[in-house]
Amino acid sequence: MTSTLEPGTPALHAGLSQAQLHELYYFMRLTRSIEEKLVNLYRQTKVIGGLFRSLGQEADAVGSAYALDKGDILSPLIRNLGSMLVKGATPVEVLRQYMAKAESPTRGRELNIHFNDLERGFLGQISHLGDMVAVMAGVTLSFRMRREARVGLVYVGDGAMSTGAFHEGINFAAVQRLPLVIVAENNGYAYSTPMHKQTAVAELVEKAAGYGVRGAQADGNDVLAVYEVTKEAVERARAGGGVTLIELMTYRRKGHAEHDNQSYVTKEELEAWAAKDPLDRYARHLTEGGRATAAELAAIDARVTAEIDTAVALCENEPLPEPATALDGVLAEPPKAELEWYRRLDG
Amino acid sequence: MAEVTYLEALRDGLAEEMARDERVFILGEDVGAYGGAFKVTEGFQKRFGEERVIDTPISEVAIVGAAAGAAHMGLRPVCEMQFIDFLSCAYSILTNYVATARYRAGLKTPMVIRGPSGGYVRGGPFHSQNPEAAYLHTPGLKMVAPATARDAKGLIKAAIRDEDPVLYFEHKYLYRRIKEDLPDGEEILTPIGQAKVVREGKDLSIITWSAMLWKSLEAAEQLEKTDGLSVEVVDLRTLLPLDDAAIVATVKKTNRVLIAHEDTRTGGVAGEITARINELCFEWLDAPVKRVCAHDVPLPYAPTLEDFVLPQTDDLVRAARWVAAY
Repeated sequence: MTSTLEPGTPALHAGLSQAQLHELYYFMRLTRSIEEKLVNLYRQTKVIGGLFRSLGQEADAVGSAYALDKGDILSPLIRNLGSMLVKGATPVEVLRQYMAKAESPTRGRELNIHFNDLERGFLGQISHLGDMVAVMAGVTLSFRMRREARVGLVYVGDGAMSTGAFHEGINFAAVQRLPLVIVAENNGYAYSTPMHKQTAVAELVEKAAGYGVRGAQADGNDVLAVYEVTKEAVERARAGGGVTLIELMTYRRKGHAEHDNQSYVTKEELEAWAAKDPLDRYARHLTEGGRATAAELAAIDARVTAEIDTAVALCENEPLPEPATALDGVLAEPPKAELEWYRRLDG
Repeated sequence: MAEVTYLEALRDGLAEEMARDERVFILGEDVGAYGGAFKVTEGFQKRFGEERVIDTPISEVAIVGAAAGAAHMGLRPVCEMQFIDFLSCAYSILTNYVATARYRAGLKTPMVIRGPSGGYVRGGPFHSQNPEAAYLHTPGLKMVAPATARDAKGLIKAAIRDEDPVLYFEHKYLYRRIKEDLPDGEEILTPIGQAKVVREGKDLSIITWSAMLWKSLEAAEQLEKTDGLSVEVVDLRTLLPLDDAAIVATVKKTNRVLIAHEDTRTGGVAGEITARINELCFEWLDAPVKRVCAHDVPLPYAPTLEDFVLPQTDDLVRAARWVAAY
């Protein structure tokens, strides 16, 4: 890539090289475009279950995950497709998951982005909010017990923070001073419930004090601000400084899932946040600051489109899992019992 | 040869596994400096260090969740529930996260959750529970409940070495009441999933586990003396997965079955065993399968009430006579 930096412009921006700055744009664009493709597939009834969008939240997912090193592990929530992509999840895996394909990472057992690869560094969530805070406390406990300089990062939202599991998880991690960063994405709503009906605090970061952990806050729609605030917390955790609770201020511009018409939000509110779109904003930032040309960004957009088209072509017509594979893998060794006597009646 | 109590056998088994495998660690409430409410882990923190014997906040969800996370990363956590009654606090993360992890996500989760269960100790409604029925219904878990000192040791060691999450329900009534000679230097491993015929018989079988084993043996002795009945007693030892082969074998041998458990009747494990007998070997029965269980009430505190609610040896004798005479 040709450098567009003007003389005198620092080579690094937020400590990131130009290639890295472009990569952040790539991951945000990839996130948005995969979800847009999934909307098409959903309307063609090829997506079997619900479809969850992160429109408007791509910066918080991508920027925070980008602050982790190889070897660090994150645990996403439903609007953290971008975080998983940064950690190496691929478009074809995501598409197969949504379409319940036999070759999907969970072999058709779980939905959407509920999948994991500890080698690449993402541990899939379950639907019960808050549980992953406790689980990630255990993951990071293992890092410390083995004297590994690794960090964990777990996402919660304004909704998940109301659960008992969140409380127990952050409290245990805090007491143990584990290398865990907890990223609270404040996107305004948990399904239809606004934050003021979720908690009596004005800002989620206030809760940090109650656990004796460091609190931090950033504009969740500014990918570089997200990166910087997370990077600081990650390095602090790596150095033995314990837990940080980061609140990222953002907004969920789609309903809880694709079926949800958002009757509970105003048009004005949606428009105001659309004007703060993190992808547009970052693209402007890059071009106006001389860190990317419009042509360079267009090339990234084209690359993303091509990657997604290739992935769709690869998996769109793949089969669903064979029915009897549903019985595999509940335990390491299958029980010996032959309980389903009625299955033998015809044979 | 050393005579050890049930509790000491459990403690020895835990210590042996911790010495053998540095991936094994313990977490729970008051397990460290204090050595646990019943002193199962007494001396462990001094011997194995604070990092491997972790005192946690009163947070069963965090204990179980953190154990799962550490297990995914290759460690072998053993969680202590101070009383097994409090495992219900972690019911969601255990059944939804831990039990499904291998199936839905291919995640290895070798972990043990152990704790004192059971009544006959005037513990009242929240320190006496037998929680097995609540977890029998959860694919992905294993569940063991030792009745003897040998199995207390053999099953904790097997549970720690197992590749899947294992619930280990020890019985607090047995902790210091039973003793057994266990040979020094012998590696005791009780296979998970295998029941044991503790007493051979030909007229009637009692299928049971945990503390009820001892009442069943008492009843069998009495029935032999007073009624001339030859009673077989089967200790299931593992409740999940159930040892169907052992259940079927004893049914085919005696043709009459009594299932005895300390937990309440409705929705209890005996119902599942009865259903399996019905499906697998109905034609071998000469009498209806009968259950002896606790009455369907929360377990009360007063001795008169607790003794009335929990099954006693006399209840077993009466029920066995009915089954034998049918």
